[in-house]
This record gives sequence, C-alpha cells and structure tokens, in this order.
Amino acid sequence: MQPGALSKALKSGAIWGFIVLELIFFSVAGSYMSLSDTAFMDWENMLLLLKQSAPIGIIAMGMTIVMVNGNIDLSVGATYAIAAIVLLDSMTWPIFAGLGDWVIPVAWLLALTVGTALGALNGLIVWKTGVDAFIVTLGSMLGYRGIVFMFNGENPTSHLNWTLVDLAEAEFLGLATASWFLLAVTGVVWFLMTRTVHGRNAYAIGDNRDAAVNAGIRVGPHMMINFAIIGFLAALSAVVFYSESGSVNPNDGQLYELWVITAVVLGGTKITGGAGSVIGTFGGVIAIQLLRKGLGHIGADTSTVNLVIGLILIAVLFLDRQLNVKGKEELKV
Amino acid sequence: MATVSKQQIGSVLAKQGILIAFAVFIVAFTFANSKFLTVDNVFSVVRSSAILGVMALGVTFVVISGNLDLSVGSMMSFSTIVVLDLHDKIGPFLAIPAMFAMTLALGALIGFLVGYLKLNSLIVTLGMLSAIHGLTLTYSGGKNMDIADKEGTWFSVFGQGSALGIPVPILIFLLLAAFLGLVLSKTPFGRKVYAVGGNGTAATFSGIRRARTVFFCYIISSACVATAGLIQASRSLGSQNTVGQGLELEVLAAVILGGASLMGGSGTIFKTVIGVLILGFIQNGLLLLGLQFYVQFVVTWIIIILAVWLDIAAKRGKLMSPIA
Repeated sequence: MQPGALSKALKSGAIWGFIVLELIFFSVAGSYMSLSDTAFMDWENMLLLLKQSAPIGIIAMGMTIVMVNGNIDLSVGATYAIAAIVLLDSMTWPIFAGLGDWVIPVAWLLALTVGTALGALNGLIVWKTGVDAFIVTLGSMLGYRGIVFMFNGENPTSHLNWTLVDLAEAEFLGLATASWFLLAVTGVVWFLMTRTVHGRNAYAIGDNRDAAVNAGIRVGPHMMINFAIIGFLAALSAVVFYSESGSVNPNDGQLYELWVITAVVLGGTKITGGAGSVIGTFGGVIAIQLLRKGLGHIGADTSTVNLVIGLILIAVLFLDRQLNVKGKEELKV
Repeated sequence: MATVSKQQIGSVLAKQGILIAFAVFIVAFTFANSKFLTVDNVFSVVRSSAILGVMALGVTFVVISGNLDLSVGSMMSFSTIVVLDLHDKIGPFLAIPAMFAMTLALGALIGFLVGYLKLNSLIVTLGMLSAIHGLTLTYSGGKNMDIADKEGTWFSVFGQGSALGIPVPILIFLLLAAFLGLVLSKTPFGRKVYAVGGNGTAATFSGIRRARTVFFCYIISSACVATAGLIQASRSLGSQNTVGQGLELEVLAAVILGGASLMGGSGTIFKTVIGVLILGFIQNGLLLLGLQFYVQFVVTWIIIILAVWLDIAAKRGKLMSPIA
C-alpha cells in the first residue's frame, strides 16, 4: 500500500460512512423514541429528504467551485432572496401582462440573469481590486440584503401562479422537480470540475495561484466566471424553491451561506482551496439534511440540531487535520 | 530639498485614509443637516454603537493575531439570555460574574481549538456560531427572557444609567477601549499579538508561545462579548434568543473599516473605534437625510470595499490589482 493511501481512502469515503452511521442511528433510535409510526428509512421519507436538500444543495455545488478556486462567497443567501423577489415580482409587471403563462420562462430568465450578474459583480470586484473574496462578499452580503429590504421593507413579496406551482410540484419518475434540479446541477458541475479544462484550472488556481499564473492561466476572468456560476446557482435555487412556495420574506436565505459552507466543508473541500469534490459536497448536503430530519424524527428540536451540527463541523475539521498530518508524516519517511 | 513624491502621498493616504474619510464625512453631513453635530445626536449615536463597539474591541485582538471570530454574535445572545435568567434566580450580584464565567468558558474552548489544536478559525467559529445558538435555545427553551421586576432593580444602570452626564454604555466603551488600547500598544502581550499575526513562524522561532497568545486573544474577545451582553441585557431588561444574530459580520465590518488586515499583524484599537463610529454615524446621517433605513447597508457595502481597496492600492502603489 502506498503511503497516505489509507488516509486518502478514509477521507473520500468518510462522508458516506457518516451517512450510513446516521441512517442506522436514526432508524434504531427512531424505533424507540419517535412519536410517528413510520420508520425513518421509509422510501417516501427519503425522497422528501432529497427534495428538501435541493435549495442548500444547489448553492453548495457553486460554493464547491468557488472554494476549490481558493475563494469564498458569503453573499449567496442575499442573492437567493433578490432572485426570489425578481422571480415573483416580475410576473406581475404590466409589460408582461399579455404573455399569459409564457411569463413563467421570462420571469425565470430574469431571476437567473440577475443572480448571475450579482455573482459576476462580486467576481469582478475580487479580480480588479485584489481585495480578499471574504471581505468583498461580506460587504455585498450586507449590500444585497439592503437592496432586498429597500424593495418592499419588512413585507413579504407574494405571487402565486398556479401553472408554475403545478410545474414545481410535479413528479417525474417518482422524483420531485426540485430533486431533479439538484441531481442535474450535481451532474453538470461534476462534469465541469472533472472533465473540462475550466475545472482543472480551478483546482490549479486554488492550489497555487502563482504557479497557475506562470502556467499561463488567466486567473482573474476565471475567478469571475466562477463567481457568476455561484450567483446563477443561488438564483436557480431560489427559482426552484419559490416557484412552489410563491411568497418570499425579506429575511429568507439568511444564514444560508453558513449551512452551505458547512455542507461543503463536511464534504471534504479544503477551505484554503485546491482540493474538494462535487460528489463529496453532495454527500455533505445529504448528511446535514439527514441530521436535521433525523433529530426531528427522534423528537429533538431545532436547538439541538444547531448544537450538533456546529460540534460535528469542528470534529470533522479536527479529524481531517489529524488524517492530513499523518499522511504528511508518512510521506516524509 | 524635501519633495513630496507620489508614493509618500500614497502612504500618508493609506495610513490616515480612514481618518480623512471620517473627517470629510462628518463635515459633509454637518452641512447637510444642522442636527447632525449636536451633543444629543452624537451621544445617541455613540450610545447605540457601544454594544457593537465593545465587541469590536475584542475581535480586533483576534483579527490582529491572524484569526477570525464569527461566533461573537451568537455568544452575545447567550450572555444576554444567561444574565437575564440568572438575575431573577440568584440576584444581579451573582448573576453577572456567573455569566462572565460561562462566556469566558466558551471563549476558552474556541481559544483551545484555534490556538492549541491549530484548527482553522473560520470553520471553528462558524461551527461555534451554530453550536452556541443551539446552546442558547436549549438554555432558554426557545422562550424570550424577561426580568420580573423591571422597576425595582439596579441592574438597569449598565445600559440606561449615566454618570457625570455621560451615558454608562459610552463610559464602558471608552474606558474599555482605552484599557485595551494600552494593552495592545504598550505591553509585551500586545507586541506578541502583532508578532503572531504578522509572521507566526518567525514569532515561534523568537520564543513567543503562539498557541497561548492566540488563546488569550479569544479570552479577551469573549470578555468583551460578555460586557456587550451585559449592556444589552441591562438596556432592555428582556431579550429574544436571537438578539446578537448577524452582529458578528457588522463587528467584522467595523474592524476591517478600521484598517485591520484579515491576514493579521496590523490594526489598532483606536482605528477600530473610528470604524465603529463611522458605521454608527453613517446609519444616523442617512436617517437624518431622510433616506430609508436599509440604504445604510448598501452604503456600508460600498464603503467597506472602497476602504480596503484604497488601503491595498496604496500599499502596492497601483490602483488595479495585478491579477491577470
């Protein structure tokens, strides 16, 4: 066995092992402690879990690209809320009144365009000013959220379009629309990161920016495209979710960045960039949703969920560090 | 002949840019609205910034040591809820030290994880943000916390009282700022904080115990958070579980606005105070101009990015980044 191979295998498989542990734990604990009659591992329950993972999951795929690239985006929750408002409000604009149900693709397109533009703006600022992405997106998180509140104050923005609701609630081959979007985004981003030059460059830039520059990779535009992608995905997540719910509060999406980053880090992406996988992130998203649902299933309230997720995040960081240190020591010998 | 070169102008701007901006800002708003620079208004701005400010003082230490603290918001909720709950159970005399002990314990835990175990501070404090929020909800059972006898307690003095004509929250903020400013600039510990944040490896080789220095930065930060929680609890004598939610980012914004680098090694308490005041006066000034409350967020966004951008640009001598 090659040195470091064990820790590598442990690391890439760890998140799935964790998911299996969760499933076993909640199934066993659920049969003693749960108030509901249905088993935790119920097929319907698992399908619902996949659907509920979609909003966080879709954004997490974008965060994986950005973090692999060595950046971070704290503004996704605010972008999500802006896209939701654009989606719902644009359907009521007088200029689109003659369109009938054709207003739906127009509203979708508008929301996605706005999300992409907001993401690209972050990327442009990071590229042109050289200010750290953490600070840039911390600022735009405040700014974008301010724009959300300026639009309609503390009031919710609502518009129900029944054709759209039907579409969002539809099921195809047993999976809900939101689940299909999550799977499709996962597939596309996986392809982008593992099978294209753009993806390979993202890893190279995140691993060693100077070396990437010397290798002739144009770092700036590259980062901007990745920020545009995460903006697009934040908007897509809003489009998928609010097509069904039809009402957005100005506080919606708050703390999403924290959930998303937690999922991505649980999935094994390094916060310093250069390493991480889309499949791992998918595992991280599922693991978090399982935890929330499972703790709810055995009667714990949201406070426990917060407590447990925080502690698990720190534990994962610790374990990851220990495994990494071991791997390095073995390499030295 | 002393000719002033472009670079010198640049470096002066970089060093004092935030002060110049602050001065320009104050003058502009004073012309725009005569109520802006009155004693009443200044007091009300500083008083409402005091809670944010006290927290920012502690976070300054953490940021200079090269780390982050995203947990201060939920930790402040925790302190507020705990002290309000204990006030009725064991009385204010015991409640305050008990709350400080509990908050410092949380700070010690973070300090241990980041300092001694050398875990990434962003992720650790992100995890603690969530965990402490859960802890607060578990402690309070999700209910709002209120003091039973709001009239008959001296506990309100920290948030509502005033001494020598100055509101107590302002006094606490300024005294703490002066004290921590001295600690940071005049003591060996302060120099160690800069050394650890500037170049951790070099600091270790020169015999500074890096882990211990980082540990104490988090202790200071949590002590400041506990003080902020005390002011908050005393001001409102009742609180929701989410009172500090989102404050961690505003605090960080104030510290960055003051010119502390997230890379560590630079920043001062004085500049953080200026950063806090700028945030407070922007909010107040925009309201006095009759603008919507939420416009301040957009203005803050622009100011943060401009401030950091100009700081970096002056250091590298070029406005645009060299990234290809």
